[in-house]
Amino acid sequence: MTDLLEKVKADAALAQASIVTPTPRRRRRGPAPSVLVAGAFVLVLLVAVALPQLFTSVDPFRTVPTDGLKPPSAEHWFGTDRLGRDIFSRVVHGARYSILIGLSATAIAVVAGSILGLIAGLSGRLIPGRVGLLVDETFGRLFDVISSFPGVLLAMVVVTFAGPGVQNIAVAIGIASIPMYGRVVRSQTLLVTRADFVTHAAIYGRSRARVVIEHVLPNVLVAIPVLAAIDVGASILAVSGLSFLGLGPQAPIPEWGVMLAESRDVLRIAWWGGVFPGLFITASVIALTVLGRALQRHIDGRKS
Amino acid sequence: MAIVHGAVENDSATATRRSSAVLPWRRILARVVSGAVVLWAAVTIAFFTLQAIPGDIADILAGEQTYPGLKEAISAEWGLDESVFTQYLAFLGRLVTGDLGTSYVQRQPVADLLAAQVWSTIELAVVAGVVSALLAVVLAVVSIGRSRVVRSAMSTLELVFTSVPTFWVGILLLMLFSFQWRLFPVAGANGWQSLVLPVVTLALPTAGFLAQVIRESMERTLTEPFIVTVRSRGVSESLVLLRHALGHALLPVMTLVGGIIGALLGGAVITETVFGRPGIGTITLNAVTGKDIPVVIAVVLFAALIYVVVSTVLDILYTIVDPRLRAQR
Amino acid sequence: MTTRNPTGGRELVTVRNLRVAFDDTAVVHGVSFTVHAGECVALVGESGSGKSVTARSLVGLTGARSTVTADALEIDGRDALRLTTREWRRLRGGFAGLVLQDALVSLDPLRSIGAEIREVLRTHHMVPRRAELARAVELLASVGIPQPELRIAQYAHQLSGGLRQRALIASALAADPALVIADEPTTALDVTVQKQIIDLLGARLDDGKGVLLISHDLAVVADIADRVIVMKNGRVVEEGETDAVLGAPRHDYTRQLLAAIPSASSRGTYLSRATATDRLPLPAREADRSRIVLSAQGLHKTFASARRGSELHAVDDVSFELARGEVLGIVGESGSGKSTVANIVLGLTRPDAGEVRLDGQPWSALNEAQKRPVRSRLQFISQDPLSSFDPRWTVERVIAESTLVLGLPAAEARDRAAWLLGRVGLDTALLTRHPRTLSGGQRQRVSIARALAPEPDIIVCDEPASALDVSVQAQVLDLLAEIQADRGTSLLFVSHDLGVVHHVSDRVLVLKDGKVVESGDVDDVFYRPQADYTKKLLASLPTAVSSA
Repeated sequence: MTDLLEKVKADAALAQASIVTPTPRRRRRGPAPSVLVAGAFVLVLLVAVALPQLFTSVDPFRTVPTDGLKPPSAEHWFGTDRLGRDIFSRVVHGARYSILIGLSATAIAVVAGSILGLIAGLSGRLIPGRVGLLVDETFGRLFDVISSFPGVLLAMVVVTFAGPGVQNIAVAIGIASIPMYGRVVRSQTLLVTRADFVTHAAIYGRSRARVVIEHVLPNVLVAIPVLAAIDVGASILAVSGLSFLGLGPQAPIPEWGVMLAESRDVLRIAWWGGVFPGLFITASVIALTVLGRALQRHIDGRKS
Repeated sequence: MAIVHGAVENDSATATRRSSAVLPWRRILARVVSGAVVLWAAVTIAFFTLQAIPGDIADILAGEQTYPGLKEAISAEWGLDESVFTQYLAFLGRLVTGDLGTSYVQRQPVADLLAAQVWSTIELAVVAGVVSALLAVVLAVVSIGRSRVVRSAMSTLELVFTSVPTFWVGILLLMLFSFQWRLFPVAGANGWQSLVLPVVTLALPTAGFLAQVIRESMERTLTEPFIVTVRSRGVSESLVLLRHALGHALLPVMTLVGGIIGALLGGAVITETVFGRPGIGTITLNAVTGKDIPVVIAVVLFAALIYVVVSTVLDILYTIVDPRLRAQR
Repeated sequence: MTTRNPTGGRELVTVRNLRVAFDDTAVVHGVSFTVHAGECVALVGESGSGKSVTARSLVGLTGARSTVTADALEIDGRDALRLTTREWRRLRGGFAGLVLQDALVSLDPLRSIGAEIREVLRTHHMVPRRAELARAVELLASVGIPQPELRIAQYAHQLSGGLRQRALIASALAADPALVIADEPTTALDVTVQKQIIDLLGARLDDGKGVLLISHDLAVVADIADRVIVMKNGRVVEEGETDAVLGAPRHDYTRQLLAAIPSASSRGTYLSRATATDRLPLPAREADRSRIVLSAQGLHKTFASARRGSELHAVDDVSFELARGEVLGIVGESGSGKSTVANIVLGLTRPDAGEVRLDGQPWSALNEAQKRPVRSRLQFISQDPLSSFDPRWTVERVIAESTLVLGLPAAEARDRAAWLLGRVGLDTALLTRHPRTLSGGQRQRVSIARALAPEPDIIVCDEPASALDVSVQAQVLDLLAEIQADRGTSLLFVSHDLGVVHHVSDRVLVLKDGKVVESGDVDDVFYRPQADYTKKLLASLPTAVSSA
């Protein structure tokens, strides 16, 4: 859902025809407490991704059948799952799957989407006549339609052909998210290329190439990091969702969505398996979204 | 001392003959055609993607099945001996007549498989959609113009709603309401009770995000000059909100509905799995894991159809509802 | 002026020492005035003067974050500082009606004007439900809307500017308020329509109502107001009877304001530096008619229109010449094609037919690459400078853009930018600022600095001052005049404002629907117009505001 929200925000901003501008650093009021907390959490998360052994020494894959389904205790903070594996350890080690897959999916989408969006937006101006406009229009419609289509289904289609697995769902989610970035970048490009400072640049003797490099690109690309930051949360949700369905990393990999799927059958007697992984997914997404929005507020220029 | 904008006007111009009751037929037609084109594009892309995938088409379609007679059946149905163009036309022809192909895994026509389950999914998506819309409006209206504390609380609530994974919500609700308190059934699709938990699961994230959008839209609307005029008439604040601002604020939301439909459909897939509900979700999941290509293609095209139809209808509604668009051709 | 009795009526509103603050920032500092029934009081000032806020405090609509205090604020004889929300609502619309500018955005675009009027009737229980429609139609008729039974179901965007403004007034009058507060009611309108709206408000005075008019346009105020209150920065600077204040102003600010209005009588003098008795003459300049720097021959430009099939003849056979050191004014309303002409001259658009030549050499016929080396001779100042600045660039970079092609070394470019900034009267500290942090006047000066940098022969000015306050506009126009005298630059000055054009130009071109209707020496055209259209334009100006 978060990706839809970001698309909406992007649309709203465009509806007000605003070009994202950087704020000069005037007021150093300091970040809000929620931002600090979110930042701290993300930091911890990143450490867990890189060095899980700092948090736990228990092997997440080690099965101890006799210890199965033990509730949370001093020994097993989050309890154990059906095969006696320590859930806390699995949560810690699982961080890397959700986060890294989410990040790579976003990276794929951002890069490919931005390139396509730029091409679309610029083609109206650089390719003369109706052809250019037609190309732009076509891209635009394609982006609009595909980005509204359920990303889950699109990702599932990719997985159908490529098979499940870590890399494949990263690519699947990435591909499914491309239209959203394409759409935003295209709209932003169209806005910028129609602004006076671009159309008047010819008066100063600037060549078209210079204008694109010095005026268009910086103003278009400045919106992207924020969008990406907020979207990583959505990617993580998508990763865990698809993994929950069994289309991502396969068991025994401790991906959070997989863990939730595994816990389903024994939910009645072992609630802890169904709570902690989900809690961490939610917390990660919230933290990343909060950070992303703070970044957006920081970058957004204020129009009078 | 200045000539201000605008040409010298003729204020005694008679009222336009075109009254406000006439529908902009050209625009409506344009929308419908546009929708049809999108649908056609989806179908075409699906077909040619299939062709483009490396490997023999028959093998791809066969997935992991290898029973005798399979290859021949595939070849016959898809006309693999013919030229690509003929295959494409045949494909289009089959779709138009409602023949969605055959599932080689289940050895049944796909259309039959879908028809059996589609109603359950539609039921879930529609009810969830309506619930989330109502919930969103209530959340948004309640939080407008209140104290900072209330608005922060509301924002946080919405943030949580949109950050929580659907399937986890489902699991939590299952644990609480089905296992712990035995209020609702655990699985199946019998009666309205089995609809409650899945609907709540699906509706919450949509409601959270819609509430946010509506609230921001309303806050923007409330800064418009016409609101000052309305207030200057002595109209009560609640009427200002409900009668003037809400309608305005909902307009841009209508453009989102396409995306919401998409999200509902996608969410339904997951929700059905969590609650063991029959529906398109389960079918799709099985098809994906079983490499049942014809079913996957059919589901995607079906989703595209629903999306296009609903979007086009809403697009047309939007044109009709906003009088500023009505007047143009 | 009207023949009513301005002070005979009862006191509708008495304000003593009104103070309004937003989040601890005071916006109105101790304003006092009274409005009687049957009189029109005008609050006059530029942006930031606090006139709108003052007016809104009379209906309690200054906003949630405002604090309103006063020694006395009596509205309809009651203490407004103690009113409850319910009492305020009764007062709004019932005692005082508010008319804002631009009915297109001041009326709910999703509701018919009939629905808007009926809302007022219902809120104040003016008539029984069944009679609402009839009463609404009557109200529309009373403000002079023809065929009111048909119009009642229409929406604001379906009516012309004048009609919808009347509809807005009708809705403000629906509950028969004793006071009408009109905040810039004519700003978005054309001059002939302005007059009608003002007359409409004047008629209400005859009915015995009171009118509080807020305006920045002194000509409009002169037409209708009995008393004028001049505000600056939230304070009252001068007040009195209209004739006295406008004819013989006592305060410096009022005098400056009046002197800053460009017109025929201010030609050749500084607008922003009038003293108590007379005007300061601008440095002399001469036009060298023997040298034609810019010539346009038979320009045509057509755009395909959005409507089926029809085409828009934006520019239809336009020809003119610009001599060295001369100012050629191009006058016309929106849709006259003046901006398109500017674009063609600048080489931003190609004409479909006809040619533009610079110093006798082909210009419009050249392709982009051929034009580039010549670009520095022709520069531009637009109406909205902010949108012509890259939002990410500092002032220094913006100014330097016009000379980037010269390939100056960085240090020299910076020195140049600093010098130019000084030339346009700005502090060099602004070099590192971002244009969006500057005021409108400052931005326009930066735009002028940028245009000056390559030392052009010709500067095309497209409505350079119309978005600015009168006093700021005066400074910008003076600056342009100084620069022109200094360097002998020729100006192509495009505007809809006849007064500005008369003040600034040597010769003038009148455009209508893309065609040249009349052209010639500015005094000839304006004092002895030949064409009907020119006559109509000039006749519809409100009575000139006399200045010292």
